[in-house]
Amino acid sequence: MSRQGPSGQASGLARRHSPGSLALALGSGGQVAVLGVGMHPWGKWGANFAEYGVVAARAALDDAGVSWSEVQFVAGGETVRNGYPGYVAGSTIAQALGWNGAQVSTSYGACASGSMAIDVARARILAGLCDVALVVGADTTPKGFLAPTKGERGDDPDWLRFRLLGATNPTYFAFYARRRMELFGATPEDFALVKVKNARHGLANPMARYRKEVTVEEVLESPIVSDPLHLLDICATSDGAAALVLTSLEFARRRGIADPVRVAGVAVVTPSFPNAVIDMPNFATDSAAAGGAAAAGGTPGRLSFRDSIARAAYEQAGVGPEDVDVAEVYDLSTALELDWYENIGLCAPGEAEKLLRDGVTTLGGRVPVNPSGGLACFGEAVPAQAIAQVCELTWQLRGSASGRQVERARVGVTANQGLFGHGSSVVLTR
Amino acid sequence: MTTRQQVAEVEGWFTLDGAEPRLLGLRCPDCGTYVFPPRAIACPNPECPATELESVELSRRGTVWSYTVNHYAPPEPYVAPDPFEPYAVAAVELADEKMIVLGQVAGPLDGLAVGAPVELVIDTLYEDDEGEHVVWKWQVAS
Ligand SMILES: [Zn+2]
Repeated sequence: MSRQGPSGQASGLARRHSPGSLALALGSGGQVAVLGVGMHPWGKWGANFAEYGVVAARAALDDAGVSWSEVQFVAGGETVRNGYPGYVAGSTIAQALGWNGAQVSTSYGACASGSMAIDVARARILAGLCDVALVVGADTTPKGFLAPTKGERGDDPDWLRFRLLGATNPTYFAFYARRRMELFGATPEDFALVKVKNARHGLANPMARYRKEVTVEEVLESPIVSDPLHLLDICATSDGAAALVLTSLEFARRRGIADPVRVAGVAVVTPSFPNAVIDMPNFATDSAAAGGAAAAGGTPGRLSFRDSIARAAYEQAGVGPEDVDVAEVYDLSTALELDWYENIGLCAPGEAEKLLRDGVTTLGGRVPVNPSGGLACFGEAVPAQAIAQVCELTWQLRGSASGRQVERARVGVTANQGLFGHGSSVVLTR
Repeated sequence: MTTRQQVAEVEGWFTLDGAEPRLLGLRCPDCGTYVFPPRAIACPNPECPATELESVELSRRGTVWSYTVNHYAPPEPYVAPDPFEPYAVAAVELADEKMIVLGQVAGPLDGLAVGAPVELVIDTLYEDDEGEHVVWKWQVAS
Protein backbone atom coordinates (compact mmCIF):
# COMPACT_ATOMS: atom_id res chain seq x y z
CA MET A 1 0.00 0.00 0.00
CA SER A 2 2.92 2.29 0.70
CA ARG A 3 4.02 4.40 -2.22
CA GLN A 4 6.29 7.38 -2.41
CA GLY A 5 4.58 10.76 -2.02
CA PRO A 6 5.09 13.45 -4.66
CA SER A 7 6.99 15.83 -2.42
CA GLY A 8 10.48 14.51 -3.07
CA GLN A 9 13.19 13.71 -0.60
CA ALA A 10 13.18 14.75 3.02
CA SER A 11 16.20 16.68 4.25
CA GLY A 12 18.77 14.65 6.13
CA LEU A 13 17.62 16.28 9.32
CA ALA A 14 13.97 15.47 8.80
CA ARG A 15 14.89 11.89 7.95
CA ARG A 16 17.00 11.42 11.05
CA HIS A 17 14.21 12.68 13.30
CA SER A 18 11.45 11.00 11.33
CA PRO A 19 8.94 9.22 13.52
CA GLY A 20 8.20 6.95 10.57
CA SER A 21 10.11 4.08 12.13
CA LEU A 22 7.52 3.94 14.91
CA ALA A 23 5.19 1.78 12.85
CA LEU A 24 8.06 -0.62 12.17
CA ALA A 25 9.04 -0.75 15.82
CA LEU A 26 5.52 -1.54 16.85
CA GLY A 27 4.70 -3.81 13.92
CA SER A 28 1.16 -3.69 12.59
CA GLY A 29 0.11 -3.31 16.19
CA GLY A 30 0.91 0.40 16.08
CA GLN A 31 -2.77 1.19 15.83
CA VAL A 32 -5.52 1.99 18.28
CA ALA A 33 -9.29 1.84 17.82
CA VAL A 34 -11.57 4.85 17.68
CA LEU A 35 -14.42 3.24 19.56
CA GLY A 36 -16.49 6.35 20.11
CA VAL A 37 -16.73 9.94 18.93
CA GLY A 38 -18.86 12.83 20.14
CA MET A 39 -19.18 16.58 19.80
CA HIS A 40 -21.00 19.53 21.25
CA PRO A 41 -22.35 21.66 18.39
CA TRP A 42 -20.17 24.65 17.44
CA GLY A 43 -21.60 28.13 18.00
CA LYS A 44 -21.42 31.11 20.31
CA TRP A 45 -23.23 29.70 23.31
CA GLY A 46 -21.59 31.75 26.04
CA ALA A 47 -21.38 28.85 28.51
CA ASN A 48 -18.41 27.43 30.43
CA PHE A 49 -16.09 25.38 28.23
CA ALA A 50 -16.32 22.39 30.59
CA GLU A 51 -20.07 22.13 29.95
CA TYR A 52 -19.35 21.57 26.27
CA GLY A 53 -16.59 19.14 27.12
CA VAL A 54 -18.92 17.03 29.24
CA VAL A 55 -21.55 16.91 26.48
CA ALA A 56 -18.94 15.78 23.94
CA ALA A 57 -17.38 13.25 26.34
CA ARG A 58 -20.75 11.69 27.22
CA ALA A 59 -21.64 11.47 23.53
CA ALA A 60 -18.35 9.71 22.77
CA LEU A 61 -18.78 7.29 25.68
CA ASP A 62 -22.35 6.50 24.56
CA ASP A 63 -21.15 6.02 21.01
CA ALA A 64 -18.46 3.61 22.22
CA GLY A 65 -20.73 1.74 24.59
CA VAL A 66 -18.15 2.40 27.30
CA SER A 67 -18.99 3.68 30.75
CA TRP A 68 -17.08 6.57 32.33
CA SER A 69 -15.92 4.28 35.12
CA GLU A 70 -14.11 2.14 32.55
CA VAL A 71 -11.98 5.08 31.35
CA GLN A 72 -8.44 4.67 32.68
CA PHE A 73 -6.82 7.72 31.13
CA VAL A 74 -8.06 11.22 30.25
CA ALA A 75 -6.16 13.32 27.71
CA GLY A 76 -7.36 16.92 27.62
CA GLY A 77 -6.62 19.69 25.14
CA GLU A 78 -5.83 22.90 26.99
CA THR A 79 -7.67 26.18 26.45
CA VAL A 80 -5.70 29.32 27.31
CA ARG A 81 -8.72 31.62 27.35
CA ASN A 82 -10.56 30.24 30.34
CA GLY A 83 -8.21 30.71 33.29
CA TYR A 84 -6.77 27.98 35.45
CA PRO A 85 -9.58 25.46 34.77
CA GLY A 86 -8.65 25.76 31.10
CA TYR A 87 -4.94 25.13 31.74
CA VAL A 88 -5.91 21.86 33.42
CA ALA A 89 -8.77 21.05 31.04
CA GLY A 90 -8.30 17.28 31.32
CA SER A 91 -8.92 17.24 35.05
CA THR A 92 -11.56 20.01 34.90
CA ILE A 93 -13.66 17.87 32.59
CA ALA A 94 -12.84 14.69 34.54
CA GLN A 95 -14.09 16.36 37.70
CA ALA A 96 -17.24 17.55 35.93
CA LEU A 97 -17.89 13.96 34.87
CA GLY A 98 -17.30 12.87 38.48
CA TRP A 99 -13.83 11.87 39.73
CA ASN A 100 -13.23 8.27 38.72
CA GLY A 101 -9.56 7.97 39.67
CA ALA A 102 -8.34 7.89 36.05
CA GLN A 103 -4.85 9.08 35.22
CA VAL A 104 -4.86 12.43 33.46
CA SER A 105 -2.83 14.73 31.22
CA THR A 106 -3.50 18.05 29.53
CA SER A 107 -1.68 19.07 26.35
CA TYR A 108 -1.16 22.39 24.66
CA GLY A 109 0.12 22.85 21.12
CA ALA A 110 -2.01 25.78 19.92
CA CYS A 111 -4.25 24.54 17.08
CA ALA A 112 -2.49 21.16 17.30
CA SER A 113 -3.48 20.64 20.96
CA GLY A 114 -6.16 18.08 20.14
CA SER A 115 -3.76 15.93 18.12
CA MET A 116 -1.23 16.16 20.90
CA ALA A 117 -3.84 14.80 23.32
CA ILE A 118 -4.63 12.01 20.84
CA ASP A 119 -0.92 11.23 20.57
CA VAL A 120 -0.50 10.96 24.34
CA ALA A 121 -3.54 8.68 24.65
CA ARG A 122 -2.37 6.51 21.76
CA ALA A 123 1.10 6.17 23.28
CA ARG A 124 -0.28 5.02 26.63
CA ILE A 125 -2.52 2.46 24.96
CA LEU A 126 0.27 1.13 22.73
CA ALA A 127 2.62 0.99 25.69
CA GLY A 128 0.13 -1.23 27.46
CA LEU A 129 -0.39 1.30 30.24
CA CYS A 130 -4.14 1.47 29.63
CA ASP A 131 -6.87 0.00 27.44
CA VAL A 132 -9.41 2.82 27.40
CA ALA A 133 -8.67 6.54 27.05
CA LEU A 134 -10.94 9.56 26.73
CA VAL A 135 -9.58 12.43 24.60
CA VAL A 136 -11.45 15.70 24.97
CA GLY A 137 -11.03 19.34 23.96
CA ALA A 138 -13.43 22.22 24.54
CA ASP A 139 -13.31 25.98 24.20
CA THR A 140 -15.22 29.17 24.83
CA THR A 141 -13.82 31.94 22.67
CA PRO A 142 -14.11 35.73 22.72
CA LYS A 143 -15.55 37.72 19.82
CA GLY A 144 -13.33 38.96 17.00
CA PHE A 145 -9.59 38.43 16.42
CA LEU A 146 -7.83 35.97 18.68
CA ALA A 147 -5.72 38.30 20.83
CA PRO A 148 -2.58 37.61 22.86
CA THR A 149 -2.56 37.21 26.63
CA LYS A 150 -3.06 40.58 28.33
CA GLY A 151 -0.53 42.65 30.27
CA GLU A 152 2.87 44.13 29.31
CA ARG A 153 4.59 41.10 27.86
CA GLY A 154 7.74 42.36 26.15
CA ASP A 155 9.35 38.88 26.17
CA ASP A 156 6.45 37.20 24.39
CA PRO A 157 6.67 37.26 20.57
CA ASP A 158 2.91 36.68 20.38
CA TRP A 159 2.34 39.91 22.33
CA LEU A 160 5.06 41.80 20.47
CA ARG A 161 3.80 40.97 16.97
CA PHE A 162 0.52 42.69 17.82
CA ARG A 163 2.21 45.60 19.58
CA LEU A 164 4.98 46.35 17.06
CA LEU A 165 3.42 45.25 13.76
CA GLY A 166 -0.32 44.86 14.21
CA ALA A 167 0.35 41.43 12.71
CA THR A 168 -2.96 39.66 13.33
CA ASN A 169 -3.45 36.03 12.33
CA PRO A 170 -5.15 37.06 9.04
CA THR A 171 -2.02 39.10 8.25
CA TYR A 172 -0.06 35.85 7.93
CA PHE A 173 -2.92 34.12 6.06
CA ALA A 174 -2.89 37.02 3.60
CA PHE A 175 0.87 36.63 3.01
CA TYR A 176 0.32 33.02 1.94
CA ALA A 177 -2.72 33.90 -0.18
CA ARG A 178 -0.79 36.57 -2.06
CA ARG A 179 2.04 34.13 -2.67
CA ARG A 180 -0.43 31.79 -4.39
CA MET A 181 -1.61 34.66 -6.56
CA GLU A 182 1.94 35.65 -7.41
CA LEU A 183 3.40 32.17 -7.99
CA PHE A 184 0.43 30.30 -9.42
CA GLY A 185 -1.95 32.94 -10.73
CA ALA A 186 -4.60 32.17 -8.10
CA THR A 187 -7.45 34.66 -7.95
CA PRO A 188 -9.81 35.90 -5.23
CA GLU A 189 -12.51 33.91 -7.10
CA ASP A 190 -10.52 30.72 -6.53
CA PHE A 191 -10.38 31.48 -2.82
CA ALA A 192 -14.11 32.25 -2.78
CA LEU A 193 -14.83 28.90 -4.43
CA VAL A 194 -13.31 27.13 -1.42
CA LYS A 195 -15.85 28.89 0.79
CA VAL A 196 -18.69 28.04 -1.58
CA LYS A 197 -17.66 24.36 -1.52
CA ASN A 198 -17.27 24.13 2.24
CA ALA A 199 -20.51 26.03 2.92
CA ARG A 200 -22.33 23.49 0.76
CA HIS A 201 -20.58 20.56 2.49
CA GLY A 202 -21.60 21.81 5.92
CA LEU A 203 -25.29 22.29 5.12
CA ALA A 204 -26.26 18.88 6.46
CA ASN A 205 -23.85 18.76 9.40
CA PRO A 206 -25.76 19.17 12.68
CA MET A 207 -22.52 20.07 14.50
CA ALA A 208 -21.65 22.99 12.20
CA ARG A 209 -22.27 26.58 13.32
CA TYR A 210 -22.91 28.07 9.86
CA ARG A 211 -25.26 26.07 7.66
CA LYS A 212 -26.06 28.34 4.75
CA GLU A 213 -25.04 28.40 1.11
CA VAL A 214 -22.63 31.16 0.15
CA THR A 215 -21.99 32.49 -3.35
CA VAL A 216 -18.74 33.69 -4.90
CA GLU A 217 -20.27 37.17 -5.11
CA GLU A 218 -21.10 37.19 -1.40
CA VAL A 219 -17.50 36.33 -0.55
CA LEU A 220 -16.07 38.96 -2.88
CA GLU A 221 -18.53 41.60 -1.66
CA SER A 222 -17.79 40.95 2.00
CA PRO A 223 -15.42 43.51 3.56
CA ILE A 224 -11.70 43.08 2.98
CA VAL A 225 -9.98 42.13 6.24
CA SER A 226 -6.39 41.55 5.13
CA ASP A 227 -6.03 42.13 1.41
CA PRO A 228 -6.58 39.89 -0.64
CA LEU A 229 -8.70 38.08 1.96
CA HIS A 230 -12.30 39.04 2.65
CA LEU A 231 -14.29 38.50 5.81
CA LEU A 232 -15.88 35.37 4.35
CA ASP A 233 -12.44 33.98 3.42
CA ILE A 234 -11.41 33.87 7.08
CA CYS A 235 -12.76 31.52 9.71
CA ALA A 236 -14.54 32.79 12.81
CA THR A 237 -13.84 31.73 16.40
CA SER A 238 -16.40 29.50 18.05
CA ASP A 239 -17.40 27.65 21.18
CA GLY A 240 -17.48 23.88 20.85
CA ALA A 241 -16.15 20.55 22.05
CA ALA A 242 -15.11 17.20 20.63
CA ALA A 243 -14.19 13.91 22.25
CA LEU A 244 -12.94 10.45 21.34
CA VAL A 245 -12.86 7.14 23.13
CA LEU A 246 -9.65 5.43 22.05
CA THR A 247 -8.99 1.82 23.02
CA SER A 248 -6.60 -0.99 22.27
CA LEU A 249 -7.62 -3.16 19.30
CA GLU A 250 -7.85 -6.05 21.75
CA PHE A 251 -10.35 -4.17 23.93
CA ALA A 252 -12.43 -3.36 20.83
CA ARG A 253 -12.36 -7.04 19.83
CA ARG A 254 -13.54 -8.05 23.30
CA ARG A 255 -16.46 -5.69 22.79
CA GLY A 256 -17.29 -7.48 19.57
CA ILE A 257 -15.94 -4.79 17.24
CA ALA A 258 -13.54 -6.56 14.93
CA ASP A 259 -13.31 -3.81 12.31
CA PRO A 260 -13.14 -0.47 14.11
CA VAL A 261 -11.90 2.76 12.60
CA ARG A 262 -8.23 2.89 13.57
CA VAL A 263 -5.76 5.64 14.32
CA ALA A 264 -2.88 4.51 12.10
CA GLY A 265 -0.63 7.56 12.36
CA VAL A 266 -0.34 10.68 14.48
CA ALA A 267 2.21 13.38 13.78
CA VAL A 268 2.81 16.34 16.04
CA VAL A 269 5.99 17.56 14.41
CA THR A 270 8.14 20.65 14.79
CA PRO A 271 9.83 22.35 11.81
CA SER A 272 13.28 21.44 10.53
CA PHE A 273 15.93 24.18 10.44
CA PRO A 274 15.98 26.40 8.50
CA ASN A 275 12.22 26.95 8.47
CA ALA A 276 12.04 29.22 5.45
CA VAL A 277 8.35 30.19 5.58
CA ILE A 278 7.18 32.96 7.88
CA ASP A 279 4.96 31.39 10.55
CA MET A 280 2.88 32.86 13.35
CA PRO A 281 3.91 34.48 15.66
CA ASN A 282 7.40 35.07 14.29
CA PHE A 283 8.99 38.35 13.17
CA ALA A 284 11.34 36.55 10.81
CA THR A 285 12.08 33.17 9.31
CA ASP A 286 15.16 31.18 10.12
CA SER A 287 18.16 32.24 8.07
CA ALA A 288 19.33 29.85 5.38
CA ALA A 289 22.79 31.42 5.34
CA ALA A 290 24.44 28.54 7.16
CA GLY A 291 25.69 26.76 4.06
CA GLY A 292 22.38 24.99 3.39
CA ALA A 293 20.93 24.99 -0.10
CA ALA A 294 17.62 26.49 1.00
CA ALA A 295 16.87 30.08 0.11
CA ALA A 296 14.48 32.33 1.95
CA GLY A 297 10.92 31.42 1.09
CA GLY A 298 11.70 27.78 0.45
CA THR A 299 13.48 25.77 -2.19
CA PRO A 300 11.96 23.18 -4.50
CA GLY A 301 12.89 19.66 -3.47
CA ARG A 302 13.25 20.48 0.20
CA LEU A 303 10.25 19.72 2.37
CA SER A 304 8.65 22.79 3.86
CA PHE A 305 7.34 22.55 7.40
CA ARG A 306 3.76 22.17 6.17
CA ASP A 307 4.87 19.47 3.71
CA SER A 308 6.47 17.51 6.52
CA ILE A 309 3.35 17.31 8.70
CA ALA A 310 1.09 14.82 6.91
CA ARG A 311 4.12 12.97 5.55
CA ALA A 312 5.15 12.01 9.07
CA ALA A 313 1.67 10.59 9.73
CA TYR A 314 1.59 8.77 6.35
CA GLU A 315 4.93 7.12 7.12
CA GLN A 316 3.64 5.77 10.42
CA ALA A 317 0.46 4.51 8.79
CA GLY A 318 2.23 2.96 5.81
CA VAL A 319 0.07 4.82 3.34
CA GLY A 320 0.66 7.62 0.86
CA PRO A 321 -1.38 10.56 -0.36
CA GLU A 322 -2.65 8.50 -3.32
CA ASP A 323 -4.39 6.19 -0.84
CA VAL A 324 -6.38 9.02 0.74
CA ASP A 325 -10.15 8.98 0.17
CA VAL A 326 -11.09 11.97 2.32
CA ALA A 327 -9.30 14.78 4.14
CA GLU A 328 -10.06 17.34 6.81
CA VAL A 329 -7.61 20.25 6.61
CA TYR A 330 -7.30 23.47 8.54
CA ASP A 331 -8.98 26.14 6.42
CA LEU A 332 -8.21 29.07 8.68
CA SER A 333 -8.50 30.90 5.39
CA THR A 334 -9.90 29.73 2.08
CA ALA A 335 -6.51 30.19 0.41
CA LEU A 336 -4.82 28.10 3.09
CA GLU A 337 -7.04 25.13 2.17
CA LEU A 338 -5.47 25.27 -1.29
CA ASP A 339 -1.98 25.23 0.25
CA TRP A 340 -2.94 22.13 2.22
CA TYR A 341 -3.94 20.20 -0.95
CA GLU A 342 -0.30 20.46 -1.96
CA ASN A 343 1.15 20.05 1.54
CA ILE A 344 -0.69 16.76 2.14
CA GLY A 345 0.28 15.52 -1.32
CA LEU A 346 -3.07 15.58 -3.15
CA CYS A 347 -1.41 17.46 -6.02
CA ALA A 348 1.83 19.17 -6.99
CA PRO A 349 2.53 22.81 -6.05
CA GLY A 350 0.46 25.16 -8.19
CA GLU A 351 -2.22 22.61 -9.07
CA ALA A 352 -4.59 23.16 -6.15
CA GLU A 353 -6.81 25.67 -7.93
CA LYS A 354 -7.33 23.23 -10.79
CA LEU A 355 -8.12 20.42 -8.35
CA LEU A 356 -10.75 22.62 -6.72
CA ARG A 357 -12.24 23.87 -9.99
CA ASP A 358 -12.39 20.32 -11.38
CA GLY A 359 -14.48 19.29 -8.39
CA VAL A 360 -11.93 16.71 -7.21
CA THR A 361 -12.15 18.00 -3.62
CA THR A 362 -15.93 18.46 -3.63
CA LEU A 363 -18.28 15.76 -2.30
CA GLY A 364 -18.68 13.34 -5.19
CA GLY A 365 -15.15 14.05 -6.38
CA ARG A 366 -12.13 11.74 -6.13
CA VAL A 367 -10.90 13.02 -2.76
CA PRO A 368 -13.35 15.31 -0.98
CA VAL A 369 -11.72 17.81 1.37
CA ASN A 370 -13.55 19.13 4.43
CA PRO A 371 -16.80 17.22 3.95
CA SER A 372 -17.71 18.44 7.46
CA GLY A 373 -17.79 21.99 6.11
CA GLY A 374 -14.40 22.71 7.67
CA LEU A 375 -13.56 25.77 9.67
CA ALA A 376 -15.59 27.75 7.15
CA CYS A 377 -18.74 26.24 8.68
CA PHE A 378 -17.47 25.63 12.20
CA GLY A 379 -15.24 28.54 13.16
CA GLU A 380 -12.28 27.64 15.29
CA ALA A 381 -12.56 26.23 18.82
CA VAL A 382 -8.83 25.77 19.27
CA PRO A 383 -8.31 22.73 21.55
CA ALA A 384 -11.35 20.92 20.12
CA GLN A 385 -10.71 21.45 16.44
CA ALA A 386 -8.14 18.76 15.68
CA ILE A 387 -10.28 16.27 17.63
CA ALA A 388 -13.36 17.36 15.65
CA GLN A 389 -11.45 16.57 12.45
CA VAL A 390 -11.00 13.01 13.71
CA CYS A 391 -14.68 12.76 14.69
CA GLU A 392 -15.68 13.69 11.15
CA LEU A 393 -13.30 11.21 9.53
CA THR A 394 -14.53 8.48 11.87
CA TRP A 395 -18.11 9.07 10.76
CA GLN A 396 -16.91 9.11 7.15
CA LEU A 397 -15.00 5.82 7.51
CA ARG A 398 -17.96 4.21 9.26
CA GLY A 399 -20.22 5.34 6.43
CA SER A 400 -22.48 7.23 8.82
CA ALA A 401 -21.83 10.85 7.78
CA SER A 402 -25.43 11.53 6.94
CA GLY A 403 -25.98 14.03 4.11
CA ARG A 404 -22.27 14.44 3.44
CA GLN A 405 -20.97 10.88 3.07
CA VAL A 406 -17.87 10.22 0.98
CA GLU A 407 -18.43 6.97 -0.93
CA ARG A 408 -16.34 3.97 0.14
CA ALA A 409 -13.95 5.97 2.32
CA ARG A 410 -11.24 3.72 3.83
CA VAL A 411 -8.35 6.11 4.46
CA GLY A 412 -8.66 9.63 5.84
CA VAL A 413 -6.11 12.26 6.82
CA THR A 414 -6.33 15.39 8.94
CA ALA A 415 -3.87 18.28 8.89
CA ASN A 416 -3.46 21.43 10.88
CA GLN A 417 -0.82 23.84 12.03
CA GLY A 418 -0.64 25.83 15.22
CA LEU A 419 1.56 28.79 16.00
CA PHE A 420 4.95 28.36 17.68
CA GLY A 421 5.92 25.43 15.44
CA HIS A 422 3.14 22.89 15.93
CA GLY A 423 2.11 20.77 12.98
CA SER A 424 -0.36 17.97 13.37
CA SER A 425 -1.81 15.23 11.25
CA VAL A 426 -3.79 12.08 12.00
CA VAL A 427 -4.28 9.18 9.57
CA LEU A 428 -7.36 7.03 10.10
CA THR A 429 -7.97 3.74 8.31
CA ARG A 430 -10.58 1.07 8.22
CA MET B 1 6.54 73.26 16.31
CA THR B 2 8.69 71.30 18.71
CA THR B 3 10.40 68.04 17.93
CA ARG B 4 8.96 65.39 20.15
CA GLN B 5 11.00 62.86 22.07
CA GLN B 6 11.54 59.65 20.03
CA VAL B 7 10.98 56.48 22.04
CA ALA B 8 12.06 53.15 20.54
CA GLU B 9 9.06 50.89 21.12
CA VAL B 10 11.37 47.93 21.67
CA GLU B 11 14.96 48.01 22.99
CA GLY B 12 17.89 46.81 20.95
CA TRP B 13 16.10 45.65 17.79
CA PHE B 14 17.08 48.62 15.60
CA THR B 15 19.28 51.72 15.53
CA LEU B 16 17.77 55.20 15.68
CA ASP B 17 20.20 56.61 13.13
CA GLY B 18 17.97 59.01 11.17
CA ALA B 19 19.42 58.62 7.66
CA GLU B 20 20.61 55.01 7.69
CA PRO B 21 18.72 53.05 10.32
CA ARG B 22 19.47 49.36 10.68
CA LEU B 23 17.83 46.32 12.17
CA LEU B 24 20.03 44.70 14.80
CA GLY B 25 20.36 40.95 14.54
CA LEU B 26 22.72 38.24 15.65
CA ARG B 27 25.16 36.22 13.57
CA CYS B 28 26.77 32.94 14.45
CA PRO B 29 30.57 33.19 14.01
CA ASP B 30 30.79 29.41 13.51
CA CYS B 31 28.11 28.60 10.92
CA GLY B 32 27.17 32.05 9.62
CA THR B 33 23.43 31.89 10.30
CA TYR B 34 21.56 35.06 11.21
CA VAL B 35 18.86 35.66 13.81
CA PHE B 36 16.22 38.34 14.14
CA PRO B 37 15.03 39.57 16.60
CA PRO B 38 18.35 39.47 18.49
CA ARG B 39 17.09 37.18 21.22
CA ALA B 40 18.51 33.73 20.50
CA ILE B 41 19.71 31.78 23.51
CA ALA B 42 22.18 29.85 21.35
CA CYS B 43 22.77 29.27 17.63
CA PRO B 44 19.44 28.02 16.20
CA ASN B 45 21.21 25.76 13.71
CA PRO B 46 20.89 22.24 15.17
CA GLU B 47 24.13 21.21 13.43
CA CYS B 48 26.06 23.98 15.20
CA PRO B 49 27.19 23.90 18.83
CA ALA B 50 27.90 27.64 19.13
CA THR B 51 26.38 29.44 22.10
CA GLU B 52 27.89 32.91 21.66
CA LEU B 53 26.40 34.92 18.80
CA GLU B 54 27.69 38.31 17.68
CA SER B 55 25.57 41.41 17.26
CA VAL B 56 25.30 42.59 13.63
CA GLU B 57 23.44 45.18 11.59
CA LEU B 58 21.20 43.56 8.99
CA SER B 59 20.85 44.68 5.37
CA ARG B 60 18.88 47.90 4.93
CA ARG B 61 17.44 46.78 1.61
CA GLY B 62 15.38 43.81 0.62
CA THR B 63 12.61 42.67 -1.70
CA VAL B 64 8.97 42.08 -0.88
CA TRP B 65 8.16 38.36 -0.48
CA SER B 66 4.51 39.10 0.31
CA TYR B 67 2.41 41.82 1.89
CA THR B 68 -1.08 42.72 3.01
CA VAL B 69 -3.14 45.78 3.85
CA ASN B 70 -5.12 45.38 7.06
CA HIS B 71 -8.52 47.03 7.05
CA TYR B 72 -9.57 46.29 10.62
CA ALA B 73 -8.01 47.57 13.83
CA PRO B 74 -6.09 44.78 15.59
CA PRO B 75 -6.85 44.04 19.24
CA GLU B 76 -4.67 45.29 22.09
CA PRO B 77 -1.79 45.60 22.66
CA TYR B 78 -1.75 47.31 19.23
CA VAL B 79 -2.29 51.02 19.70
CA ALA B 80 -4.65 51.89 16.87
CA PRO B 81 -5.18 55.51 15.83
CA ASP B 82 -8.67 56.96 16.15
CA PRO B 83 -10.06 57.11 13.55
CA PHE B 84 -8.45 53.89 12.38
CA GLU B 85 -6.45 53.96 9.16
CA PRO B 86 -5.67 50.81 7.15
CA TYR B 87 -1.97 49.90 7.28
CA ALA B 88 0.27 47.56 5.33
CA VAL B 89 2.56 44.83 6.65
CA ALA B 90 5.24 43.35 4.41
CA ALA B 91 7.35 40.18 4.58
CA VAL B 92 10.70 41.18 3.14
CA GLU B 93 13.44 38.91 1.89
CA LEU B 94 17.02 39.88 2.75
CA ALA B 95 19.39 38.42 0.19
CA ASP B 96 22.61 38.23 2.23
CA GLU B 97 20.94 36.96 5.38
CA LYS B 98 18.71 34.54 3.40
CA MET B 99 15.78 35.28 5.63
CA ILE B 100 12.43 37.05 5.67
CA VAL B 101 11.76 39.89 8.12
CA LEU B 102 8.35 41.46 8.73
CA GLY B 103 7.63 45.14 9.14
CA GLN B 104 4.86 47.63 8.64
CA VAL B 105 5.09 49.64 5.44
CA ALA B 106 5.78 53.37 5.80
CA GLY B 107 4.76 56.06 3.36
CA PRO B 108 2.68 55.74 0.21
CA LEU B 109 1.86 52.21 -0.92
CA ASP B 110 2.34 53.01 -4.62
CA GLY B 111 4.67 50.44 -6.07
CA LEU B 112 4.16 47.95 -3.23
CA ALA B 113 4.24 44.55 -4.96
CA VAL B 114 5.81 41.13 -4.57
CA GLY B 115 9.43 41.52 -5.70
CA ALA B 116 9.50 45.29 -5.18
CA PRO B 117 12.68 46.68 -3.58
CA VAL B 118 12.19 48.23 -0.15
CA GLU B 119 14.41 49.91 2.40
CA LEU B 120 14.38 50.27 6.15
CA VAL B 121 13.11 53.43 7.83
CA ILE B 122 12.23 54.40 11.39
CA ASP B 123 8.69 55.69 11.65
CA THR B 124 5.96 56.52 14.13
CA LEU B 125 3.99 53.63 15.57
CA TYR B 126 1.82 55.82 17.85
CA GLU B 127 2.12 58.96 19.96
CA ASP B 128 1.25 59.60 23.57
CA ASP B 129 2.34 61.87 26.47
CA GLU B 130 5.70 60.14 26.59
CA GLY B 131 6.51 61.12 23.03
CA GLU B 132 6.65 59.61 19.56
CA HIS B 133 6.89 55.83 19.82
CA VAL B 134 8.89 54.58 16.84
CA VAL B 135 9.53 51.23 15.21
CA TRP B 136 11.27 49.93 12.09
CA LYS B 137 9.24 49.87 8.89
CA TRP B 138 9.83 49.05 5.26
CA GLN B 139 9.37 51.71 2.60
CA VAL B 140 9.12 51.20 -1.14
CA ALA B 141 12.54 52.21 -2.50
CA SER B 142 12.54 55.05 -4.99
ZN1 LIG C 1 25.91 28.44 14.36
